[in-house]
Amino acid sequence: MNRRTLLLGTGAALAAPLALANRQALAQQATITGAGATFPRPLYERWAQAAREAINVQLNYQSIGSGGGINQITARTVDFGASDAPLTTEQLTERSLLQFPTVLGSVVLSANLPGVADNALRLTPEIVVDIFLGKITRWNDPRIVEANRDLRIPNLPVGPAYRADGSGTTWVFTTYLSRVSSEWRAGPGAGTSVRWPVGNGARGNEGVSNIIRNTPGAIGYIENAYAVVNRMATTQLRNKSGNFVRPEPPAFNAAAAAADWSVPNFAADTIDLNGATVWPITSPTYILLPTNPPADKVEASRNTMRFFDWAFRQGSDIASRLEYIPLPAAAHDLVRAAWRDRVKTPSGSAVWTA
Amino acid sequence: MSDIAMRPGAAPAMGARRTAGSLGDKLFEALCKGAGVLVLLTLGGIIVTLFIGALPAFRHFGLGFLVSTNWDPVEGREEFGAFISIFGTIVSSLLAIAFAVPVAFGIAYFLTELAPPWMRRPIGTAVELLAAIPSIIYGMWGLFVLVPFVQMNIQLAFGETLAAIPLVGFLFESRSFAGTSLFSAALVLAIMILPFIAATMRDVFEQVPPVYKESAYGLGATRWEVMRGVVIPYTRVSVVGGIMLGLGRALGETMAVTFVIGNANRMPQSIFDPSTTIASVIAMEFPESLAGSLQQSALFAIGFLLFIISFVVLATSRWLLRSRLKA
Repeated sequence: MNRRTLLLGTGAALAAPLALANRQALAQQATITGAGATFPRPLYERWAQAAREAINVQLNYQSIGSGGGINQITARTVDFGASDAPLTTEQLTERSLLQFPTVLGSVVLSANLPGVADNALRLTPEIVVDIFLGKITRWNDPRIVEANRDLRIPNLPVGPAYRADGSGTTWVFTTYLSRVSSEWRAGPGAGTSVRWPVGNGARGNEGVSNIIRNTPGAIGYIENAYAVVNRMATTQLRNKSGNFVRPEPPAFNAAAAAADWSVPNFAADTIDLNGATVWPITSPTYILLPTNPPADKVEASRNTMRFFDWAFRQGSDIASRLEYIPLPAAAHDLVRAAWRDRVKTPSGSAVWTA
Repeated sequence: MSDIAMRPGAAPAMGARRTAGSLGDKLFEALCKGAGVLVLLTLGGIIVTLFIGALPAFRHFGLGFLVSTNWDPVEGREEFGAFISIFGTIVSSLLAIAFAVPVAFGIAYFLTELAPPWMRRPIGTAVELLAAIPSIIYGMWGLFVLVPFVQMNIQLAFGETLAAIPLVGFLFESRSFAGTSLFSAALVLAIMILPFIAATMRDVFEQVPPVYKESAYGLGATRWEVMRGVVIPYTRVSVVGGIMLGLGRALGETMAVTFVIGNANRMPQSIFDPSTTIASVIAMEFPESLAGSLQQSALFAIGFLLFIISFVVLATSRWLLRSRLKA
């Protein structure tokens, strides 16, 4: 409660002089506010810049974390919330929210093994699980050697690194581990933060990357966008079809194409999908939009949909450049249909009519 | 002030201010009283807010919350216990005190007894400047400089030798080689609280009446004998009070510790193992906790416990320092 008031207060204080100065210039411009996940922040900010010129919608996005985004949209202090993990049907009904995906993100594994080239190391799901369960403690473990006959892997202790701050990235990675291992599912489980049996925790992608860079033998999971920009050495991973795949755009796009987007609430499962070239650890990031906007919020609700409609039509290049994976066009159409059918004005008519 | 009063032009202004005096005095008194009451209200409000937020967790887990080592925020099997974070908080702070006190004593002894007068001020100022560095800077410095140093030059260099020591060797035996550990956190904390302890020690050492020390020197005591036989017994309680002040700061430090402690909700087996503190857990998990969830309540609950621990430590230090200053 207090935190929210404080946030709003600070926001208002900062915005006040700006609003005064630009009141005239902004008179024609629609402003929408959103809050939530940190993972898609670079993308939403870039989209916001482009959309301001293209469709005159000004987006103000606060990346306060998925949990904070859910809290704020539940209290209706913002126009939309953003979450990395999908909400369940009960959670959505209870809060009268519509959930739809914007893009996919992928999580990759990065290891510090001197003498091993980028994307050369091959890991199987079993090896990854046992590393994070603490069962594989040295890099010369027979199973790792077996999968990498052509590599000279240094005999170092394995140092797992994880995100200590609650994060969607952790949720995606632990969901994957739970999917491929019943032992992980019964043990630490899946969540935005879990009880890690071994390893060191750090804050954010940058903290995990720092541990990996500083510690020979360390291995951790990070967002692909961060790994690409910071040139982290990543690894191959064996997917459900039994092929070793590199964490590269074709493998991510294959995952987006293989997903079933017609499931309720778009909670499409893109983790560990079948397909020869699919990268197994990807996940959509979601927007939460009230289905029952009050009369004075109808316009903001419509503008939110206009913004994302524009992003679906024009924003895919921007997304790809920033290493996010655009959704297939069929998924975009399903989202628009959901806007039309689910989001209603107080008088019961559809907010989205395009 | 006296300059202005002596100038003839200033006299009417002085008169005018005097007539407004009685109203001004009352206003000023009311403002000051308000400020004082505001502090009390804020403090009370924080305690009440924390307690109300923590209530569901206290109800759900009872007294077991204090001793349970489970901290599992995964949805559907939430279980929370404060013991690991309390343990990490207290152990990292006590280790920091153990590292900082000898150095702080050295600084204070040097500044009051040994240093030539021209050196006292620059060194004293440098020590106080350490206190002015924001904690996030200590965190970054700790992560990028201290942690690799601990990893390469302490843990890898001496870890196995230390682990071979009979009886206490297990304290140094660790399978974690990332360098972020209880030990790194204690080192960073030690540097952060050093100026507080050193400044308090210097101030109380200076309060020792010169005649006591001169008498001891007159009897032929050496400098060290004067320190041990006169200065320390005279200032003992205040020194402990200063240490408690440093301890209070170490307990609540958040960002610097979070960067270097490794954030592991597991019981550390050695000082080179990663651990966590109450402040770190709150900083890491609060943003992703849902309003009204058991997790958020548990975070409030450990915050409340930290408040109590810090309050006890600070109250003890105040009490120790006050009894000395009155005497």
